[in-house]
Amino acid sequence: MKDLRPETEAELAAIVRDTSEPLRIRGGGTRPIGVPVNGAPLTTAGLSGIDLYEPGALTLVAKAGTPVAEVETALAAEGQRLAFEPMDPRGLLGTEGEPTIGGVFAANVSGPRRIQCGAARDFLLGVRFVDGRGEVIRNGGRVMKNVTGYDLVKLMAGSYGTLGILTEVALKVLPKTQVTGSLACDGLGDETAIAALCRALGSPFEVTGAAHSQAGPEGAARTVIRIEGTEASVAYRAAELQKVLAAYGEFTIDTDPDSTKATWRAIRDVQPFHGTDGDIWRLSVKPTDAPGLVARIDGAEALYDWGGGLIWLCVPKGTAGQDIRTAIAKTGGHATLIRGTRGGGVFQPLAPPVAALQEGLRKRFDPKGLLNPGLMAQAREAAE
Amino acid sequence: MEMPAPNPDILSKKAELVTRLLDILPADAVISDPAETRAYECDALTAYKCPPLAAVLPSTTQEVSDVLRICHEMGVPVVPRGSGTSLAGGALPTEDSVILGVARLNDVIETDYDNRFIRVQTGRTNLSVTGAVEEDGYFYAPDPSSQLACAIAGNIAMNSGGAHCLKYGVTTNNLLGVTMVLMDGTVIELGGAHLDAEGYDLLGLICGSEGQLGVVTEATLRILHKPEGARPVLIGFDSNEVAGACVSDIIKAGVLPVAIEFMDRPCIRATEDFAKAGYPDCEALLIVEVEGSEAEIDEQLETIMSIARTHDPVELRQSGSAEESAKIWLGRKSAFGAMGNINDYMCLDGTIPVSQLPYVLKRIGEMSKEFGLDVANVFHAGDGNMHPLILFDANKPGDLETCEAFGAKILKLCVEVGGCLTGEHGVGIEKRDLMAHQYGEKDLAMQMAVKDVFDPKWLLNPAKVFPLAASDAHRIAAE
Ligand SMILES: Cc1cc2nc3c(=O)[nH]c(=O)nc-3n(C[C@H](O)[C@H](O)[C@H](O)COP(=O)(O)OP(=O)(O)OC[C@H]3O[C@@H](n4cnc5c(N)ncnc54)[C@H](O)[C@@H]3O)c2cc1C
Ligand SMILES: Cc1cc2nc3c(=O)[nH]c(=O)nc-3n(C[C@H](O)[C@H](O)[C@H](O)COP(=O)(O)OP(=O)(O)OC[C@H]3O[C@@H](n4cnc5c(N)ncnc54)[C@H](O)[C@@H]3O)c2cc1C
Repeated sequence: MKDLRPETEAELAAIVRDTSEPLRIRGGGTRPIGVPVNGAPLTTAGLSGIDLYEPGALTLVAKAGTPVAEVETALAAEGQRLAFEPMDPRGLLGTEGEPTIGGVFAANVSGPRRIQCGAARDFLLGVRFVDGRGEVIRNGGRVMKNVTGYDLVKLMAGSYGTLGILTEVALKVLPKTQVTGSLACDGLGDETAIAALCRALGSPFEVTGAAHSQAGPEGAARTVIRIEGTEASVAYRAAELQKVLAAYGEFTIDTDPDSTKATWRAIRDVQPFHGTDGDIWRLSVKPTDAPGLVARIDGAEALYDWGGGLIWLCVPKGTAGQDIRTAIAKTGGHATLIRGTRGGGVFQPLAPPVAALQEGLRKRFDPKGLLNPGLMAQAREAAE
Repeated sequence: MEMPAPNPDILSKKAELVTRLLDILPADAVISDPAETRAYECDALTAYKCPPLAAVLPSTTQEVSDVLRICHEMGVPVVPRGSGTSLAGGALPTEDSVILGVARLNDVIETDYDNRFIRVQTGRTNLSVTGAVEEDGYFYAPDPSSQLACAIAGNIAMNSGGAHCLKYGVTTNNLLGVTMVLMDGTVIELGGAHLDAEGYDLLGLICGSEGQLGVVTEATLRILHKPEGARPVLIGFDSNEVAGACVSDIIKAGVLPVAIEFMDRPCIRATEDFAKAGYPDCEALLIVEVEGSEAEIDEQLETIMSIARTHDPVELRQSGSAEESAKIWLGRKSAFGAMGNINDYMCLDGTIPVSQLPYVLKRIGEMSKEFGLDVANVFHAGDGNMHPLILFDANKPGDLETCEAFGAKILKLCVEVGGCLTGEHGVGIEKRDLMAHQYGEKDLAMQMAVKDVFDPKWLLNPAKVFPLAASDAHRIAAE
């Protein structure tokens, strides 16, 4: 079927108002996460372009279908960036297409720097969206501090197009830093590595990345810590961190722009698992719980980001999701299936009263159940 | 300010309600004597007062749940209350409502430095959260000026900010999880020590919902290690326009100060008379603070000062010591006190795009003449969060009304230039009727639909945030 491709917000609203058939919403289509949706494909590609960019106010407003690359290019020209560091999912998922800024926020996608500066949702200042009745709704604005009414902006972030179709997003951006320093130590076990990362994040030295890969670029485990800033400041903090971390292992410093960029891009995009054929899970946990949790799952390989709080897990194809859910139920946190066997549902099952609130919201925002129906469904329904 | 007429039915059930509350709470936790309920008749928006039917002070989440269940069964509205420092009338009772104060819920439940969080009961004051971790070198970042008194409960309900939020964000960016009780008594957990929501971001939704979606009893908060040091520079200009341009250039240059504070001439003069901080008598003054080691601070301040020099400042004063820093901050920190010393004042907190600063300041000056009331401006310039302080005389008939009309006009201006009505104090009753200037009917209806889901009977803090005319249908349908 040919994609529905509205060119304006009004056209999009009319499509939703007039249809009785479910819609499958696509930005760049690079992130086919969630339960597959049956419905007429609708692309946001026609809703594209940067509407406003004020570098001196750190704000940018763009239509939701704008390619992330276009936003990043505009920002780079002013020495700024998307500080939450959204990943490029194409290598991991083997998808093609052009990731869109709307898709990034619909999936609340944030990379290694999330640990220091916040998630995508923390940078989203305002939204316009079309709800499931075809109404255009506005919330938030384009200023950095705003407590006027309820924060539907946060609600829309991470709702995967099940509450509304984003048409415009206003975001906060940040200046690029001059120098990146990457401290690395090879051969640490998971427990020691996570302890070292926690120590670094608990220091005053403003760590902006803290990751541990069981299989680093040279095969051995590698623990990496990122600091960013001016040359003098990075040198100073790197030296201080080396002292603080000496008890865990010897960390060497790299400040080469190309290699530090490659290091952190590999973590952001989960490169260790590119081209593997296992199932991929993404777990969010309390950092110190992470190594024990991974050890309890048979055949799991892990890439830890966010100081251990984010675990990318590669498990043998066909591993029952239930094992992972049982393990995480003991520690708290949540697990999402990113790629692979969908037996146990994709998203973490919610406690019944919370699931009821979520369902209640969905009924209000999308009473006819047209928007990506079933995509975030609880495991029970998904199985039906 | 109009409030809905109290429901006579509820007023007549007071005795039954009090008996039922006494069944589940200790006697000293139920306040129903009119002489004592007066203590809860207002928050920091003191122009509006109304004693509640009763006030309760539960000590556990279970007690909160029991209170809500009873009120839910009896159809009695509940107004949650932290410390009552809201400037927007968020905690103002109605005659037929029960005040649910969380002041006795003030324990620290867990501190975890490895994972950098603290879990507290929400009646705990903002400053005492930092107090609990300070000796070990940590702090809780959001720092509203009211931090000595205000509670985490109110901070979450209002999504409060502080002087340092340019770097560290506001409450919502530092909140990891909550225990919350829904109006029917159901206890739910959102978030926890891990990051990001499993499902919809309900934590983000309830933060800033002004006590209308549930009563928050516990919170997990992100804590950070204190920076090695911090120092400000004071920069004076002879025009607001130039000061505004300087702010924008500092931000563009890629230094990220923790705070950029702005004061205009009326504010500088008033605080100088009051606090004698030695500020220059100029049109506009910036205080820019940076953090790090001594050398890092010097490097950042040098960058900021070289930017400032390109704008011909009339004063450029770098702090070289803790005493000098305190002196630079003294006037800023006394600004509210200084204004209070002159007269009654109303403090607004509309936010504007930083590029609109000079225009908005000019317009506020013109309006000040038009309304015949003085206004001083002191605000967080880095994020455009204005704080115009309008001076009036509460004892002079009509002055409050003139002041409110002036305030409303300033806030409408903030919206017109692309900003919003409130950046940190919340809507409450104060800005309730201005909401239609910021949002269309459908935008407001969507927000009210959220309340329908969390609180179908509209019993939690019902007459706030939304214009009464807009919320009427929901409140009446729920009765
Ligand atoms: C499995 C997976 C996991 C990922 N995890 C991370 C991560 O942890 N960290 C990270 O930094 N990046 C992550 N990403 C990358 C991130 O998802 C992409 O950068 C971005 O989502 C791609 O945008 P898109 O336009 O291709 O989205 P699409 O794949 O088109 O859409 C993503 C989702 O959002 C919905 N959607 C798209 N546009 C809109 C809109 N305008 N309004 C409403 N809903 C919309 C879609 O229906 C779909 O459910 C991940 C990607 C994938 C595939
Ligand atoms: C001098 C002064 C300076 C101030 N400076 C700042 C500032 O710099 N930044 C800033 O953001 N604000 C500031 N404020 C405003 C005020 O302090 C904040 O809004 C604060 O967060 C309110 O906290 P509180 O505990 O006093 O709440 P209250 O006033 O008791 O209540 C505020 C709101 O929270 C709701 N609420 C209370 N408890 C709960 C609960 N347990 N569950 C759900 N909802 C609840 C209430 O119903 C009400 O709507 C200032 C106020 C004063 C008086």
